[in-house]
Amino acid sequence: MQKTPLFSVSDLSKSYGAQLGCRDVSFDLHSGEIMGIVGESGSGKSTLLNCLAGHLAPDRGDVCFDVDGTGLVSTLAMSEPERRLLARTQWAYVHQNPRDGLRMSVSAGGNIGERLMNVGARHYGNIRQDASSWMDRVELSTGRIDDRPATFSGGMQQRLQIARNLVTGPRLVFMDEPTGGLDVSVQARLLDLLRSLVQDLGLSVIIVTHDLAVVRMLAHRMMVMQHGHVVETGLADQVLDDPQHPYTQLLVSSVLQV
Amino acid sequence: MFEIAQLSKTFHLHTQQQAEIPVVANVGFAVQPGECVALTGESGSGKSTVLRLIYGNYLAQTGSISVGGTEIVAADPRTILELRRTTLGYVTQFLRVLPRVPTTRVVAEPMIQAGHDATAADKHARDLLRRLRIPETLWDLSPLTFSGGEQQRVNIARGFAYDYPALLLDEPTASLDATNRQTVLDMIDAAKQRGCAIIGIFHDHAAREAVCDREIDVSQFAAA
Ligand SMILES: Nc1ncnc2c1ncn2[C@@H]1O[C@H](COP(=O)(O)OP(=O)(O)OP(=O)(O)O)[C@@H](O)[C@H]1O
Ligand SMILES: Nc1ncnc2c1ncn2[C@@H]1O[C@H](COP(=O)(O)OP(=O)(O)OP(=O)(O)O)[C@@H](O)[C@H]1O
Ligand SMILES: [Mg+2]
Ligand SMILES: [Mg+2]
Repeated sequence: MQKTPLFSVSDLSKSYGAQLGCRDVSFDLHSGEIMGIVGESGSGKSTLLNCLAGHLAPDRGDVCFDVDGTGLVSTLAMSEPERRLLARTQWAYVHQNPRDGLRMSVSAGGNIGERLMNVGARHYGNIRQDASSWMDRVELSTGRIDDRPATFSGGMQQRLQIARNLVTGPRLVFMDEPTGGLDVSVQARLLDLLRSLVQDLGLSVIIVTHDLAVVRMLAHRMMVMQHGHVVETGLADQVLDDPQHPYTQLLVSSVLQV
Repeated sequence: MFEIAQLSKTFHLHTQQQAEIPVVANVGFAVQPGECVALTGESGSGKSTVLRLIYGNYLAQTGSISVGGTEIVAADPRTILELRRTTLGYVTQFLRVLPRVPTTRVVAEPMIQAGHDATAADKHARDLLRRLRIPETLWDLSPLTFSGGEQQRVNIARGFAYDYPALLLDEPTASLDATNRQTVLDMIDAAKQRGCAIIGIFHDHAAREAVCDREIDVSQFAAA
């Protein structure tokens, strides 16, 4: 077991004026770990994820990442270009709405290839080849490489967004409700795909979801949020099968069976 | 291999008028490598609860559970995950199926996660499936659509695929036919022979007689 974490969050707080976003959140994530974040609507999950991914500046606290295997460094203390480079090369962010994570005016292949070009790829043939193999990997027909995502179904768009995010080989992936808004059968397929990709690539993942079945299936650990606070954390199956906090018990008992 | 001392568990159900369900108190026993110990006691006495506490699936409030020298009580999730990967297996009657994962892969997974070569794991998985009489035509399908008994046997194959030094068995032979039950008992025996420490729950008296060295009545730990 590696001793030092890949990612470490301490006392993170963010408010929108008088409105609490999230408060005093701390946790470590090790390489290969998958952390699920659950909680009711408005509990601060997206706020937290956006602060972690550098999309929002927290009011207090720190977010540290082991950039090159030599130990944790504060991402908040980085310069803006440094942080952008990090976000482009080592992190990925999968949005709930694929439209927020895709360029709708660019072809499917272009959506994947653009990311490779952002990190310096220049050879057109290789880029197209990589794009095509990633489409295959997320189970999209490579025959549709020149089609625009607008002509894809929601589930296909979401798989394209995942390909676009993973093509650059990130180590840490943030996901905000990646299966939200999809049909149940489409969700199952996407989840299964995510699970095997995460396993094969050894990714570390922080995934926000309202679906406890997603946590059960994907996550090693979970964190439960209520009113901006983390009320319970632990091993995912333990929190689901033996929840301690009243709010977690309510959450778990309000679902039939997960 | 297993050392359990002063272990207690009470469920606090906050959503149901603050109900408190004391289940067990002061559980204490030890199991040596190569030994199989049966937990007995009437329904609801807490047999499954004790196994889940040992597996880290339920949170223990007080006491100590040591598995191969690793303390479970108050351990962080990583320690428990690592223990489950390398040392401690847990087999129930029920398979948690993931859609679209083929049966061979379901069975091979614990071996792969423990660091075995994927090809060798696949071969061993096929041997186990054959031994447990799962028709070969089903091996490449997801067990999602299998019968209850087939799923149970897939789950047993998965549970025994990797040679864990310690195993927890929650009614592994329940509702199996005589032939398959005997196969499972043979597998338990083989695990003991190679030094595996086992704690099991067996409703079937004959099964218990066949593989268990001693019985521990969980009712003696009933919480006041
Ligand atoms: N830009 C903003 N300006 C003001 N308040 C905001 C802003 N973004 C979020 N909030 C508020 O912060 C709180 C937390 O919102 P957040 O989006 O983090 O919740 P969430 O847990 O992701 O909810 P959901 O499950 O509905 O997506 C909410 O009360 C929300 O109204
Ligand atoms: N997650 C839980 N939340 C609340 N109470 C629980 C939980 N798990 C078990 N219990 C309670 O603990 C007691 C012991 O249950 P357990 O399943 O351990 O019994 P058992 O001895 O295995 O019974 P059986 O022989 O019927 O399987 C029961 O009263 C049960 O309701
Ligand atoms: Mg949100
Ligand atoms: Mg039981």
